[in-house]
Amino acid sequence: MTKEHKRPDGRKNSEMRPMSAKIGVVPNADGSAMFSFGNTIAIAAVYGPRQLHPQHMQDPARGILRVNYDLLSFSVSDRKKPGPSRRSQEISKVTEWALLPVVELKEFPNTVIDVQIYIIQADAGTRTAGINAASLALAHAGIPMKNLICSVAVGKQDKELIVDLTKEEEDFEEGEGATDFAIAKIANTNEYTLLQLDGKIQPEVVKEILNLADKACDEIYEFQKKTLKESISK
Amino acid sequence: MSSMPSSNLTIEAMKKIFAEGKRFDGRKLTELRDISITLDISNKAEGSAGVKIGKTEVLVGVKLGIGTPYPDSPDKGNLTVSGDLLPLASPRFEMGPPDFWGIELPRLVDRAVRESHMIELDKLVIEEGEKVWTVYIDIYPINDDGNLIDAATIGAIIALKNTMMPELDKDGKIDYEKKATKKFPLSKGISPISFSFFKLGNSVIMDPTREEEETCEARVTFGLSNWKDQYMINSCQKSGNTPFTKEEIGQIMDLLPKKFEEVNEKLKKFL
Repeated sequence: MTKEHKRPDGRKNSEMRPMSAKIGVVPNADGSAMFSFGNTIAIAAVYGPRQLHPQHMQDPARGILRVNYDLLSFSVSDRKKPGPSRRSQEISKVTEWALLPVVELKEFPNTVIDVQIYIIQADAGTRTAGINAASLALAHAGIPMKNLICSVAVGKQDKELIVDLTKEEEDFEEGEGATDFAIAKIANTNEYTLLQLDGKIQPEVVKEILNLADKACDEIYEFQKKTLKESISK
Repeated sequence: MSSMPSSNLTIEAMKKIFAEGKRFDGRKLTELRDISITLDISNKAEGSAGVKIGKTEVLVGVKLGIGTPYPDSPDKGNLTVSGDLLPLASPRFEMGPPDFWGIELPRLVDRAVRESHMIELDKLVIEEGEKVWTVYIDIYPINDDGNLIDAATIGAIIALKNTMMPELDKDGKIDYEKKATKKFPLSKGISPISFSFFKLGNSVIMDPTREEEETCEARVTFGLSNWKDQYMINSCQKSGNTPFTKEEIGQIMDLLPKKFEEVNEKLKKFL
């Protein structure tokens, strides 16, 4: 790992794709946002807190956070059949867990906060972009939150650690192949709310991966704050 | 996965005893229960195993079928892992379409097995692009006393190690009458094991009973294998309402190789 690894788009190993974000992309929702990493574009809308039906699902002690993540059918090379898949159901659930620790649900007993996340264009890192968009949308909806959630994937190409992989980088097959480690954390803490990977990673490099994710998440956090501030100063 | 949430009394008592490094059943926080294995629990399966971890019991069978390859892997056999959380096994399982836990369990076993490359899928091609073997790993919990994911992964790898290839007849169909004598293609020396860590308050435990599992606030599961003389994490998934800290993840990383050796030693004669 002495000489700098060459990435197809010329980024440094620790460099994310350019981020962009926009608040209020779904005007009729209670809160909404777009977040993108390069060519990966996610939008999220928040509805609620609102009455939860059926009634037996209500929790008198706290509100419920309900997340739905999916790809638009044309967002990927091979058309994705519309409707939930096992993959999208799993990502919905891990996204819910990624966001939950910062949302003050105790203030809204018997209600639900719905977070809808859709990917318009996919180039890897869709769940992480979706979480960043959802975090912005929750803040935009005025839901009381302890903090923002920031999310990024750190990957390994053979033995090289790289931040925010593209689809092309994710498909790398030489040596130890490519592994994508999706991470989310509570901004400015040591607390991780999403940890998800498939592939090959030695236990001893996990710490290094978390450090890279920390650095990237610091940048995402600043960017999220800036985006939110700009949206209200307009 | 819970039918009734743990009572506040249980939660407080468990938090307190965990903080002292102890558990209700007398184990230390990361101490595993006994593991026992039964081979060939069903002679109609191409390979099968029963796994008991404490009172938790899981049956796993491997069936082989003939199928068409996926368009993106014409030169590889197919792997399908499914699981059915039978209401027989637990008061917290219900009839009907799988809920999230019923979806997650087989997906985690699938990833631990697939990403370790334990199965040589490229050797399961009958006719490239046309006809391949489909490997079905089917998981049934029989008694749920916690830690089903880790038990199911052990069951899957042992069932695979004992799988025999059925013969094809002259029409290319599977001949179940003929005795299978050929071994199923597995990579030498690779056997993934799954380790789930559960968190309550500031304590992290392993191999929970159902009561502990239902009381804990978060879980992180790692599929670990040995690959070219090193330990490799092949899969990871966190669940639950609270985060894991960097320090906790660091401790888990230190523990993984030790626990891998410990369980591997227990399973050695079946692998």
